Amino acid sequence: MGNEKQTFIKNPTFKWVGTRPVRPDGMDKVTGRAAFGADYQLPGMLVGEVVRSPHAHARIKSIDVSAARALPGVHAVVTAQDFPDLPSEIAAGGEAPINFRDVSNNAIARDKVLYEGHAVAAVAATTAAIAAQAVGLVKVNYEVLPHVIDVREAMRENAPLLHDGLFTTGIDPQPTKPSNIAARTQFVLGDIAQGFAEADVIVEREYTTQPVHQGYIEPHACAATVGADGMATIWTSSQGHFMVREFCAKLLKVEIGQIRVIPAEIGGGFGGKTTVYLEPLAMALARQSGRPVKMVMTRSEVFRASGPTSGTHVWVKLGAKRNGMLTAGEMILKYQAGAYPGSPAMLGGMTGFAPYDLKHAKAVCYDVVSNRPKCAAYRAPGAPMAAFGVESALDEMAQQLALDPLELRAMNAAKAGTRTLYGPKFLEIGYAETLAAAKAHPHYSAPLGPNQGRGIASGFWFNIGGQSSAAVHVNEDGTAEVVTGNPDIGGSRASMAMMAAEVLGIDLAKVKPIIGDTAQIAYSFLTGGSRVTFATGMAVVEAAQDTVRQFRERAAKLWKVEFADVEWRDGMAYCTRTTEEPRAPLSMAAIAHSCAKTGGPISGTASINASGAGPGFGTHVCDVEVDPETGAVKILRYTAIQDVGRAIHPSYVEGQLQGGAVQGIGWALNEEYIYDQQGRLLNPGFLDYRMPVASDLPMIDTVLVEVPNPGHPFGVRGVGEVPIVPPLAAVANAVSRAIGIRMTDLPLSPPRILATIDRAKRST
Amino acid sequence: MVLQGELARRYAGGQTTVMIEAADYRALVDALERRFPGVAAAVSVRTAVAIDGVIFQEPLLEPIAPHSEVHFLPLIGGG
Repeated sequence: MGNEKQTFIKNPTFKWVGTRPVRPDGMDKVTGRAAFGADYQLPGMLVGEVVRSPHAHARIKSIDVSAARALPGVHAVVTAQDFPDLPSEIAAGGEAPINFRDVSNNAIARDKVLYEGHAVAAVAATTAAIAAQAVGLVKVNYEVLPHVIDVREAMRENAPLLHDGLFTTGIDPQPTKPSNIAARTQFVLGDIAQGFAEADVIVEREYTTQPVHQGYIEPHACAATVGADGMATIWTSSQGHFMVREFCAKLLKVEIGQIRVIPAEIGGGFGGKTTVYLEPLAMALARQSGRPVKMVMTRSEVFRASGPTSGTHVWVKLGAKRNGMLTAGEMILKYQAGAYPGSPAMLGGMTGFAPYDLKHAKAVCYDVVSNRPKCAAYRAPGAPMAAFGVESALDEMAQQLALDPLELRAMNAAKAGTRTLYGPKFLEIGYAETLAAAKAHPHYSAPLGPNQGRGIASGFWFNIGGQSSAAVHVNEDGTAEVVTGNPDIGGSRASMAMMAAEVLGIDLAKVKPIIGDTAQIAYSFLTGGSRVTFATGMAVVEAAQDTVRQFRERAAKLWKVEFADVEWRDGMAYCTRTTEEPRAPLSMAAIAHSCAKTGGPISGTASINASGAGPGFGTHVCDVEVDPETGAVKILRYTAIQDVGRAIHPSYVEGQLQGGAVQGIGWALNEEYIYDQQGRLLNPGFLDYRMPVASDLPMIDTVLVEVPNPGHPFGVRGVGEVPIVPPLAAVANAVSRAIGIRMTDLPLSPPRILATIDRAKRST
Repeated sequence: MVLQGELARRYAGGQTTVMIEAADYRALVDALERRFPGVAAAVSVRTAVAIDGVIFQEPLLEPIAPHSEVHFLPLIGGG
């Protein structure tokens, strides 16, 4: 964060919104005082470890834990038999409807293991060494089964079957034979055949992307204790402690009120911490042992057993008139779900064409299981892969029509009133503004050298609202705590404090943002979907408004006037009625100091279900240089432009754009899972799974376009998801233009580029 | 009221546009259920709703104005 090249127009009517104060959690984080998931220590705490499958696909014939249990120092051993066998049913939970039976079986396998690293048992012992020894003493008798990794191979009729009871939904009549295709979903707009019949030019291509991990620095970690009364407390790093509470209650069949979850600081999530892995195991071990249990994944476990997002095969067909007006777009999306159904294929189908005003469009989406870890959400789930296909095809279309790629996008850009492929029409959106900003940016007209190329791509994400709670507790001296229930993964604490200070009209330094645990604040949906600054921010605004109302009431009582006679301005109450005795303005501190005389403590609250989240659009410009001798790609310059509604804390918003761009660049250039013939992951560590580091990249320039969202008091749109959508295609388009060959398969690693260049040389 | 995909195919005989008189979402679903039995259960868990372009994840009590356009959508999450 903190790039001097930022372009941002500040609204001068706000005192705090749009400013860049020092982050409230910064000091604790840079001095090491902040407590993350692995930092909690309790008296008598045990160390928990997981026994994991060495096979990609196997039936569990038996598990013998007697030797492990008999080892001195071991206090608990659990298997799936210690968890209720939940029925298979789709229920509301987390971010989308889920099957809690799958969540349970993913946390600890019951009958079959479905990927290498799948948990089959867990132990708790007095030391890590004893726990590791106990893991080795758990004897699991497997019947190894054939496995399948690739999405298209998993869709074949004779592919190894993961679930005997999986019958494809979305096809009429529903198949009577099970397969690995969990669901087929289709979206249709207009008449696709007519649209292509109207086209002068057609571009049709297949694209592939690899599964990539969210790559958060902090591995999954938690601690749990269960008291003699059955009350459990869990300390965990997650994107939603209310989600952890709900999931653990469901998986262990206890009442939600029996679990209290205390949020730790989170060292990155990006969607990957919107489910549970260790928490139910730690709680079961704590319950069995009667002692606190801490569990921390190694990096290898993180790679082998959590996340990633889907690997995909995407087919795209675009039709256009010679002048560049698009006539039709069609996609077929095949997304890996991993071991259990639930890939974001459908979201890919909804988002890929969203930036464009298409009269005729169609998307068919397949959700496919295979022997890999169950996929988890990753920033704008499903959208980057679909955008990779669509934005690459658009770039090729621009080349065929000899059009500027920004012009092509601008003439087809969605705007207010454009009907989406998934149904509704857009309200106020700022996509065209991002294209105009890209065109005007000096980056776009900068000259390029030999072996260099410039890529353009755009992206869309819905953004969501949802349930959020907030409280503003006023202290006796007029300072205040703002309590919310969302883990701070992207700077939301600062935004919450700023919005509260703006409404209260007081100095930001007098507002302390706190993240309450599940017993301290009412329910709040998890931190995800770019919703917190929007939805929880709206709850904060309402709680602060409630607080202001109480201040006015108290001032009215002190002054013996009507409520309507009190005006609130700049953190002070003013009497607007002419009285015999002059009423000097009362400060927040003065009213708070006398609150005992006027009715007791002042505390504003709000619990809402926010709607009206404004969709977000971004456009990225990427310059690369390709070394023709090695195939290595260097990112020379990168600019991310996005409609952010209104940036509460612009530095954080810029950070979101920069972070999303960097993750997308890694997805485009280097990141991939490499499996051996037995389906075992060969690169479960950051040395072999190559994520970009600071020295790989230039400073990512950002431009914040502000088209305020009318659904939020300050015009906020979610910003965290959009910036990871364009980079895959932006990078690939730049590389394709640099080497003069269309690149359609990610990652664009040096061996792949070199092989492509060599192939092209041989064919000429 | 616009029905997409499986809802239209399975419950409405392929009909994708339906005129419904309803003052709020609950009344709309009741009316749809009377016309296309099974729809109410199908939309109870898996769907969000867009009313005149505004997406609601939990729309039960949302009012619907005359001539509004309503779409069922898959629930949308994020990362």
